[in-house]
Amino acid sequence: MDKYLEMIRIRFLMMLAYRTNYYSGILIYSINIGAYYFLWSAIYGGKEEIQGLNVIQMTTYIAVSWMARAFYFNNIDREIAAEIKEGKVAVELIRPYNYLGMKTMQGLGEGIFRLLFFSFPGMVIVSFIFPLSYTSSLTTWGLFAVSIVLSFVVNTQINLLTGMMTFFLFNNDGLIRAKRVIIDLFSGLLLPISFYPGWAQEMMNLFPFQAISYIPSMIFTEGFGGQEIIHALLFQFVWVLILLLPIQLLWYLAKKQMIIQGG
Amino acid sequence: MFYLSIFFQYVGQYMKTRLQYRADLLVEIFSDILFQAVNLIFILVVFGHTQLLNGWSQDEIIFIYGFFLVPYALFSTFFNIWDFNDRYIVKGEMDRILTRPIHSLFQVILERMELESLFGVVTGIVIMIYAGTNLDLAFAWYDAFIFIVMVLGGAMVYAGIFVMLASIGFWSDARTSIMPMMYNIGNYGRYPVDIYNKAIRFVLTWILPFAFVGVYPASYFLGKTDWYFYAFLTPIMGIVFFLLAVVMWNHGVTKYRGAGN
Repeated sequence: MDKYLEMIRIRFLMMLAYRTNYYSGILIYSINIGAYYFLWSAIYGGKEEIQGLNVIQMTTYIAVSWMARAFYFNNIDREIAAEIKEGKVAVELIRPYNYLGMKTMQGLGEGIFRLLFFSFPGMVIVSFIFPLSYTSSLTTWGLFAVSIVLSFVVNTQINLLTGMMTFFLFNNDGLIRAKRVIIDLFSGLLLPISFYPGWAQEMMNLFPFQAISYIPSMIFTEGFGGQEIIHALLFQFVWVLILLLPIQLLWYLAKKQMIIQGG
Repeated sequence: MFYLSIFFQYVGQYMKTRLQYRADLLVEIFSDILFQAVNLIFILVVFGHTQLLNGWSQDEIIFIYGFFLVPYALFSTFFNIWDFNDRYIVKGEMDRILTRPIHSLFQVILERMELESLFGVVTGIVIMIYAGTNLDLAFAWYDAFIFIVMVLGGAMVYAGIFVMLASIGFWSDARTSIMPMMYNIGNYGRYPVDIYNKAIRFVLTWILPFAFVGVYPASYFLGKTDWYFYAFLTPIMGIVFFLLAVVMWNHGVTKYRGAGN
C-alpha cells in the first residue's frame, strides 16, 4: 500500500513543479465557462426555468462541471499508449507493483493536485465573474464529495481501457480522441443529460458516461433531490464494479499477446 | 512553381506515412466528424427547449456553424502550429529549417500539415446545405465566388492570429499556454456575436477577430442586410491580419538565436 501512496505523493510533487501552467489553465476554463454562460443566458431569454433548472443553477452547473473536470480528468490513456509504443511497458511489467494500479494512483495524484490548485481557486475566481449559487447544506457537499470520487474512478477506468487498446491497435491516437469527445458530450459536461430528448436519455442510461460529470454536477446544483441522489450514487457505484471486468479481461489478453515495439 | 512542386512532394510523403496505419487514420477522421457533431448536437438539443436565440433561428445557427467549419478546416489543415514553440524553438528544429532555401513559414506549414482535417470542408458544406434548404435560401451564380473569398478570408484571420502567436516564440521561448487559450476563444465566433456583451463583441471584431470566421461572413448568405458591412470586411480583415503575421514572422526569424545544445 505504501508504494501506491508514495506514487500519489511523487506525482503531486511533480505537478507542483510545473504549477505555473495551471494559472493559464484556470483562465482557459473560465473562458469556456464564459462562452457557455452567455450562450445559456441567450437560450433562457426570458424563461424562468428549463428542465427544472433556472439560469443561475445552470451557470453553476457549467462552472462546477468544468472545475470538477480538472479533478477527474487525466491523461493516463495517453501515457499508457506512449509507454506501450516506446516499449517501456516491458520494464514496468517486471516491477513489483500492479501496472494499472500504479497508473491509477498517478492519476489520483494529479487529480488531487488540480483539485487544490485549480478547482478551488478557479471556483472562487469564477464566482466573482458569474452569478453562481452555492448550497449551504453540508449533506449536499458531502454527497458531492462522494460522487466526485466515484466519477474519478469511472473516468480512470475508461482511460485504462482506452490506453490498453494500444496493445491491440498499436497506434490509437484516434481512439483516444474519439473517447474524449464522447465523454465531453455524453458525460453531461456540455449539456445536462435531462435536456436530451427522452429516447436519447434512455440510451445514455445504458452507458457509464453520465457517472462522470452529470451526476456530481446535478448533486451540487441541487437539481437532484432525495431518492434521485441515492439512485444516482448507486448508478455510479454499480458502473465502477461493472467496468472492473473488461479491464481485467483486456489486461489478461494484452499480457498474453503482447508485442514490444522497440524498447 | 518551385514552391508548388515542393508542396506536392510533401503531400506525397505525408500520404505515405498516414496510410501506414490505415485503421488509425479512419478512426481519426471519424473522431473529427464526431467532434464536429458534438456542437451540432448541442445546437439541436438546445433548440428543443427554445425557439429563438436572440432572434436567430435554429437553422440560422446551424448554418453559421456549418460555415465556420469550412475556413476552420483549411486553417487546421495547414496551420497546425500550436506547438511551434516547443517543437521548433526549444528543440532547435528551427536551425534545420533556416538552412534550406524555402521561406521558413512555408516549410513549417508543410511539415505540420494534417490533410485529413480537410474533411471538415465536406462536413461544413453538408451542414450548410441542410440548413440552407430548411431556410429556403436563394443563391445567385456569383455567390459561389463570394463563398470562396469569405472562406479564404476567415481562414486567413485564423492563420494570422496563430502565426502571430507562434512568432512570439522568437522573442521569448518561455512556455506559454496562449495557444490552447486562443483555440477556446475561437469557439466564441461560432455563435452570433450579439449574444455577448459589448466588450467581448468588440474584442471578437477588432482585436481577436474570430467573428469574421463564423457569424459575419455567414450573415451575408443568410441575407442579414444590417450585417453586410461586417460580412464584406471579412476578406480585408483576413488579408490585413495575415500580412501583419507574415511581417511579424519575418522580423521574428531575424531575432532567432537557436537553442544551444
